[in-house]
Amino acid sequence: MAEYIIKNGHVFDPLQGIKGDKADVAIKDGKIVKDNQVSSKAKTIDAKGKTVMAGAIEIHAHIAGPKVNIGRIYRPEDKLFTYTPKKGNIRMAGGTSIPTTFKTGYEYAKMGYTTAMEAAMPPLFSRHVHEEIRDTPIIDEGAFPVFGNNWFVMEYLKNNEIENTSAYCAWLLRATKGYAIKLVNPGGTEAWAWGLNCLSVNDPVPYFDITPAEIIKGLIEANEYLGLPHSIHIHPNNLGNPGNYTTTLDTLKLAEGYKAKNKFGRDQVMHLTHTQFHSYGGDNWANFESKSKEIMDYVNKTKNITIDTGNVTLDETTTMTADGPFEHHLTELNHLKWANVDVELETAAGVVPYIYSPDIKVCAIQWAIGLELALMAKDASRCFITTDHPNAGPFTRYPRVIKWLMSAKAREAQIKAFKNSDKVIAATHIAGMDREISLYELAQMTRAGPAKSLGLASMCGGLKPGMDADVVVYDFSPDKPVANPDQIEAAFSRAAHVFKSGVEVVTNGEVVNNGNKRTIWVNAKVKENPQVMRDIQEKFLKYYSVSQANYEALGHHFIPNPYAIEVDASQ
Amino acid sequence: METVTITMKNQPALYLEADNVAPDKFAGKTAPQIAELHVYEGNTTSTLGKYFEVAGNAGATAADTRIVVKGDVKKVKYLGMKMSAGELVVEGSTDLYAGAWMSGGTMLVKGNVEAFAATGMKGGELIIEGNAGNYLGSAYRGDWRGVSGGKILVKGNAGSDVGQYMLGGEIVINGNADVHVMTHAEGGKVTIKGNAKSKLGGQLVDGTIIVFGTIDVMMPGFKFVDNVELEVDGTKAKFAHFIGDTGERHKKRKGQLIYGNLYKKI
Repeated sequence: MAEYIIKNGHVFDPLQGIKGDKADVAIKDGKIVKDNQVSSKAKTIDAKGKTVMAGAIEIHAHIAGPKVNIGRIYRPEDKLFTYTPKKGNIRMAGGTSIPTTFKTGYEYAKMGYTTAMEAAMPPLFSRHVHEEIRDTPIIDEGAFPVFGNNWFVMEYLKNNEIENTSAYCAWLLRATKGYAIKLVNPGGTEAWAWGLNCLSVNDPVPYFDITPAEIIKGLIEANEYLGLPHSIHIHPNNLGNPGNYTTTLDTLKLAEGYKAKNKFGRDQVMHLTHTQFHSYGGDNWANFESKSKEIMDYVNKTKNITIDTGNVTLDETTTMTADGPFEHHLTELNHLKWANVDVELETAAGVVPYIYSPDIKVCAIQWAIGLELALMAKDASRCFITTDHPNAGPFTRYPRVIKWLMSAKAREAQIKAFKNSDKVIAATHIAGMDREISLYELAQMTRAGPAKSLGLASMCGGLKPGMDADVVVYDFSPDKPVANPDQIEAAFSRAAHVFKSGVEVVTNGEVVNNGNKRTIWVNAKVKENPQVMRDIQEKFLKYYSVSQANYEALGHHFIPNPYAIEVDASQ
Repeated sequence: METVTITMKNQPALYLEADNVAPDKFAGKTAPQIAELHVYEGNTTSTLGKYFEVAGNAGATAADTRIVVKGDVKKVKYLGMKMSAGELVVEGSTDLYAGAWMSGGTMLVKGNVEAFAATGMKGGELIIEGNAGNYLGSAYRGDWRGVSGGKILVKGNAGSDVGQYMLGGEIVINGNADVHVMTHAEGGKVTIKGNAKSKLGGQLVDGTIIVFGTIDVMMPGFKFVDNVELEVDGTKAKFAHFIGDTGERHKKRKGQLIYGNLYKKI
């Protein structure tokens, strides 16, 4: 494999505490090595006056699987006039909020992202998810199967059977080649199958007679029993409704008293995702307001949780979630087309297009809340930047979100451009905030932080010798003052160089190599559990529309290049 | 105004995608430069000059440019796509997407057009002397934002799904129209001087449909209001006035629900 030495760049690596010092980064055999360990044949990359970071990590995006594909199928207008033709080894690619798999890989890579997590995998359709992951080039990917409305989980947790829940979770992670335990509107999506919802953590789930709080606590316990690399990853109840911040605080408080148990260096027991959608005050759309401060006050003082933002980017996009009742609620609001799917014993999903217009007050307030969360974070390594792609905006807008976070001037210009500027200012905190995120904090929010939260900190998100050589060079000088904030957006849109596992995949903002993408999954071993195995067999015989043998995602067709993280909870 | 004449000389084996044949694309170019503009035949990119004889130079702007398309262009798609000004005359019949997304200027087709003519039109005028295919003046597939302005005149008949998701603008069909007229529309007007079949105004939120001839089957969601005297295109006549689609949501103005209107000549 080619050797490289990236010379004289300003390096930002929170893992090693490097804050923009001039340093060289050397790459050999796909790993980062000490700069005296490469031979004289190493290709020199001149990074003078440029910013060098580890490859960025996407902790939450909807980029593969049936839900994304429903969006692609029922929104041909999202692809109109967007296709670029095949060029060399780069495939034809297109789409805007729901790009093709190929475009997904290319666009992440061009921005310097080298690892991404698909945030909601319906277990029954894990094969479809993995086929799309396989066809997304360059970036390493994992997928979170959803557990929060799963019949097995609810039945075991109703009787507080943590060991059985853990054994089932381990089996499902293995069967679906999943990465972490995801909860979406716990209990609420199952209630939706009965035409109901769970809007608080204490609303009982019909038939199962369990509450969201019991599901959440039970899955935290199962997660720590197994010692998985990531914590539970939760999309809480009551998404998107005015006044929902109390539900969010109630959810966060369920983590109190739990301590992370794992060998991956992860400290949190709960990751709360797209927090923007869960930080709303008011009791209707007229008095809708930001409660980012209340949420961040709690997050800042509570060390065993991490969050991501879910920034609204003010674009036309396609919302999609396993929160079925929410999508129905949304289509009633905006009258745009609605798709809904029930996934047997496991989950559901809905899809609705949405336009976050800067002329609509609520959308502008949502924009402000997302940024406030990041700007109020006292510990940048526990608050990560996402757009909950494509729900709050396409991931291709990360450079714009970074611009808003790094430049108070850029935020001010956007606030002024809102049609209801005064009302937006009155309902939010954004106008008074002068904090500008530094490049070091940016590296915490997009690299070191998510890597640690995912339990991948020994592998990626840093530039320590021995780690995977995922390295990005941005044409952005930390020395020079930024005359125009658009320079920030331009620099982070198209990286000068991107290396994935030591292979140069992007040069001058263009994809030059399809890399060697891996599917990351967690193989958790547990004690033999005949009861759970019998329950699984029985459910397949009695309820599932497929047989157990046709359920698992196995083999080269689905996972051509697996990277299994081993966890042993059998002792 | 300068005139560019392009004449079909080599028929394509497959259908030709000629989205560059529009005054905006020709403006400021000489005949040899115009001949170099790209066209697609299947997955092969080639030049306009391979298929067409190009004569005359274009004007400095789209508004100063008139294009005349001669010869058999029944296998050519996207003529006049996205044109914003100037004139385009097609002397024969043409294929899909004639005048699609046009926002200004005048396009005249002396023969017939196939489906999706004037898709997503925003302004300008499209005149079809022959017949139109399906989805005349409709939204692009999947989109809920259809034709928002401009005028379409069809001297012959139109196919199914005229004015789907229409938001504004006007379509006049001198002949008959097939099923589905102004489905999902939220504005605009469609006049059918001949006969209509069925499913007129299905899920109509707002907008107007006028029919001079017969309607085979009325939608059950339409309600008779009264008989009114109207002047349509200089013709004064009595019409039965229906409102609908009563099964669909409707906006309120001054406390009153605003329905779509359907007028049928009596």
